[in-house]
Amino acid sequence: MPTLLAISIISFIIIQLPQGDYLDREIQRLEEEFGDSSSLAQVEELRERYGLNEPLWKRYLIWISGFVRGNFGESFEYKREVNELIWDRIAFTLLISIGSLIFTYVVAIPLGIYSATHQYQWSDHFLTFLSFVGMSIPAFLLALSLMVFAFDIFGVPLFGLFSAYYEGAPWTWGKLNDLIKHLWIPVIVVGINGTASLMRIMRGNLLDVLGQPFVQTARAKGLKETVVVAKHAVRIAINPLISILGMSLPGILSGSAIVSIVLGLPTVGPILLNSLLNEDIYLAGTLIMMLSLLLVIGNLLADIALAWVDPRIRYE
Amino acid sequence: MNKTQSTTDPSIETAAEIGQLSYRQLIWQRFQKNRMGVISGAVLILFYALAIGADFFAPYHYNEINMRLRHVPPQRLHFSFKDGFYVYGLKSVRNPESLELEFTRDMTQRHPVEFFFKDTDGKRHFFSSAGPMFLLGTDRMGRDLLSRIMYGARVSMTLGLVGVFLSIILGSVLGTISGYWGGWVDNLIQRVIEILSAFPDIPLWMALGAALPPGWSSIQIYFGITVILSIIRWGGLARQVRGKVLAYRESDFVMAARAAGAGHWHIITKHLMPGCYSHIIVIATLAIPGMILGETALSFLGLGIRPPMTSWGVLLEEAQRVTVLLHYPWLIFPAVPVLVVVIAFNFLGDALRDAADPYSD
Repeated sequence: MPTLLAISIISFIIIQLPQGDYLDREIQRLEEEFGDSSSLAQVEELRERYGLNEPLWKRYLIWISGFVRGNFGESFEYKREVNELIWDRIAFTLLISIGSLIFTYVVAIPLGIYSATHQYQWSDHFLTFLSFVGMSIPAFLLALSLMVFAFDIFGVPLFGLFSAYYEGAPWTWGKLNDLIKHLWIPVIVVGINGTASLMRIMRGNLLDVLGQPFVQTARAKGLKETVVVAKHAVRIAINPLISILGMSLPGILSGSAIVSIVLGLPTVGPILLNSLLNEDIYLAGTLIMMLSLLLVIGNLLADIALAWVDPRIRYE
Repeated sequence: MNKTQSTTDPSIETAAEIGQLSYRQLIWQRFQKNRMGVISGAVLILFYALAIGADFFAPYHYNEINMRLRHVPPQRLHFSFKDGFYVYGLKSVRNPESLELEFTRDMTQRHPVEFFFKDTDGKRHFFSSAGPMFLLGTDRMGRDLLSRIMYGARVSMTLGLVGVFLSIILGSVLGTISGYWGGWVDNLIQRVIEILSAFPDIPLWMALGAALPPGWSSIQIYFGITVILSIIRWGGLARQVRGKVLAYRESDFVMAARAAGAGHWHIITKHLMPGCYSHIIVIATLAIPGMILGETALSFLGLGIRPPMTSWGVLLEEAQRVTVLLHYPWLIFPAVPVLVVVIAFNFLGDALRDAADPYSD
C-alpha cells in the first residue's frame, strides 16, 4: 500500500514536469484563430474546470481521490473520460504480455534443459550464442525487421492486431481467429529477450543441481538418465524460475509498449507516447499508474505461486 | 584451447598453484582463457577507437547535406590494379510513378578511393573520394550513412559509459551506506529501490524524456538522457553492493580493524570497498548494453537525443516506417553496430564475471 502511494506521487510529479501544459498551447491556438484575447475567458473557464489553477499538492489530492473511485479525469486530447479510453487497451496489453510470458517459459525451459544436459557440446554452444543474440537484440528492431520480412513474403503489412475487415467489427469467431493470426508476431517479439535470459538461467540452475549428491544417488540406484533429469533435477531447478517471474514482468511490459508503437498495436504503448508528447497529463498519469499497478499485482501473484509450489517458503 | 596453452607461460601456471600470483594477475589469466571475451574486448576497443577518431575515420562530416543525392543506395567498392579501390559514378533517373529520383551506377565514370584524402577544408580523412562515394548509401538529406554511423557511435557508445559511471557512483555510495549503517537508513534506501523497480522502465524513460525542455542544447539533452537512464538503473547495483558489504561487515578482518581503532571511513574505503570492486566492474559491464539500448529506444521514439546531434537511435528513427524501409532498406543498417556492440558487451561481461572469481572452479 505505501508502495502504491509512492508510485502515484512519483507518477503525478513526472507528468507535471514538462513546462507549460496542454492549455497553454490551446490558448495559443485560440489566439491565432480569433486574433484577440476575448477567448481568454474561455480558456480561463477550461483551466477552472480542470483545476489547473490549484497548487500542485491539491491537484494531486483531487486526482488521487478520483483515481481510487475509478474516476481518472478527462483527456485533453480526446475530449473524453480517460476511463473510456484505456480499458480495452489495457486488456490487449495484458493479452500480449501474458501470451509472451507463456511463450517465454514454454520455449526457455526445454531449451535450457537441453542445453544443460548437452553441456559443452556444439549444440550447447550454438544455443548459448543464440541466447546471447536474443538477449542483445532490441525488441523494436526485431519488430521492424519482422515486419519488413513479412511484407516481402506475404505482401501484406502486419500492422495492428486486426485486418481492416474486422477493425471495429463486433466480436465473432472470425474476428477471434483474425486476432490470433496477428497476435503471434508481437507475442514472440516481446518474448524473445526474456526467453533468451531465462534459458541461460535454467541452464545454470540445472547444471548446479545436476552436480549435487542426491542426483548422483539417483544415478547410482540405476535410474535412467531421463528419469534422473526429469524427476529429480528439473523439479528442483525450476523453482527459482518462478521467483524470476515477478522480475521478468517489467521487461515484458516495457517491451510490449515499444513493440506496440512500432507495430501499431492498440495497447497502452502508442497512446502513452502520444499523451506524453501532447502533455495530456491525466491520460499519461493514469497509464503510468496502471502499468505500475499491473507490475505490483504481477509480483504479488508470483510470490503466491512460489509459496504454493515450494512449501518451504513462508512469509512472516 | 590450444591458443591458451601457447600464450600462458608454464612458470605462471606453477606460480598460480603455489599462490604467488596477485588477485589481478589471476583474473587476467582467467579472462584470457575465454575466447569470446577476448574477441569482444578487441571489437569494443576497435569501435571506441573509430568513434573517438570519427573526424578522421569518417569519409565525410556527419551533417554534410547534399540535396541532389538523396536516398542513394549503397555503392559497391571495386578494385582494379590500374585504379586501386574505386566506386562507379552515379546516374539519376526519375521514377515515372513516384516521381522520385532514383540512382543507378554509371559505368563510364570511376571515382578512385584515396587514402589520407585531403578535403576542401584541408582536413585529412582516412579514406574518401573526390566523387560521391557512399558505401552505405545516403539518407533523406543526402548525408553519408557510414559517416553518420561513425559519428553516432560517439553519442551512443559514450552515453552508456557515462550513464553506467553515474549509476556506479550512486549505487555504490548508497549501497555501502545501506549495508554499513543498516537501521532506518537501510530501510529507507531499500524502499526507494523497491519503488523505482516497480515502474516498467521504458514507459518511465519515455515520461522523463518527454519532460526534457525543448529549448535545451544538444549537450544538455545528452546529459539529461544520461541522468534519466542512470536514475532508474542504480538500484540493482546498490542492492548487490549492499549484499557484499553486509557479508564483509561482520567478518574477522573488519572486526580486527574496528578493534584496532579504525574509523568508519577507513574501514569502508580500505576494507569493504576493495572486496566489491570486481563485482562492480562486472555489473557495470553488463549494465552498459542496457543503457545503449535504452538510448536507442528513446531516440527511436523521438524522446531522446535530438538532431542535429546524431546517435544510432536518431538514425534508426528514420527507418521507423515500413514504407520507408521497403524503398530504402539500407536505412536499417545502423541496427548492425547496435547489435554488435551490445552482444560484445554481454560476452565481455560474462567473461569478466567468470574471471572475477578466480578462486572458484
